[in-house]
Amino acid sequence: MNDPWLMLIVSCTVFVIGLLGVVFRKNLLIVLMSVELMLNAVNLSFATFARLHHSLEGQLSVLFVMTVAAAESAVGLGLVIALFRTLKTADSDQIQMLRD
Amino acid sequence: MDWSFLAFIVFSTIAILGSLMVILQKTPVSSAFSLVLVFFSFSGLYALLGAHFIAALQILVYTGAIMVLFVFVIMLLGQDEPTSDLKESSLLFKGVATLGAFGFLTILLQAVLSAKEINGKGIYTDEKIAEMGGNLKAIAEVLFRDYIFHFELISFLILAAVVATVALAKRKNFNEEENA
Repeated sequence: MNDPWLMLIVSCTVFVIGLLGVVFRKNLLIVLMSVELMLNAVNLSFATFARLHHSLEGQLSVLFVMTVAAAESAVGLGLVIALFRTLKTADSDQIQMLRD
Repeated sequence: MDWSFLAFIVFSTIAILGSLMVILQKTPVSSAFSLVLVFFSFSGLYALLGAHFIAALQILVYTGAIMVLFVFVIMLLGQDEPTSDLKESSLLFKGVATLGAFGFLTILLQAVLSAKEINGKGIYTDEKIAEMGGNLKAIAEVLFRDYIFHFELISFLILAAVVATVALAKRKNFNEEENA
């Protein structure tokens, strides 16, 4: 790959698609998947900038972001399960206990 | 046209179309499998960037661990009936959000174009990494020499996540034990 900066275009596009998924979808599982998409897009830009700057710190950041993403999805899915137990739904519009 | 550019085109097309499918599919299961497609193509993009360790890790951690977790939770909740939540939101909201997202994308792409002029000054060029014995050895040296404290901190984060997940998932059982 002679022009690594082209990867940044893919990264930006996937990030914005993930953002749209978080805004549009109401199913909490798909919202979590969109968050994973955004984290992956950021990881790709980290790796691309590491390549552009001839440095390895960017790749190490990918390592750390991946760990945070794994922890985030584990806790997030645990929250979804706990929510499903009390509300019997994974729809984010149904979470309105404070309003009632 | 060289092969790496062709591979880049293929992988990036799969990544973008796959991520569109993630947010447009009706059932969570098909979203999850589109997400697997995206993760695989991202792994290919990492390999094209010379980040071979990250490419392997992407398959192991994301496709192997996180996606299995997602599919298990979908199975556990029985949430595979099609939803129409995309159609429920109002047209005005959808239009404004899409326009805003496209504006944001334009700004991001403007910022990205300036990355063309970046002239790397770091010491880890391809030749240097090959001399050190490959991507994995170079990463290991930097990680365990300069970033060892961060590495230890991240293990505490994993521990905290495990404790939090167990506390969340076991909550009902704890209550039952208290009542008994």
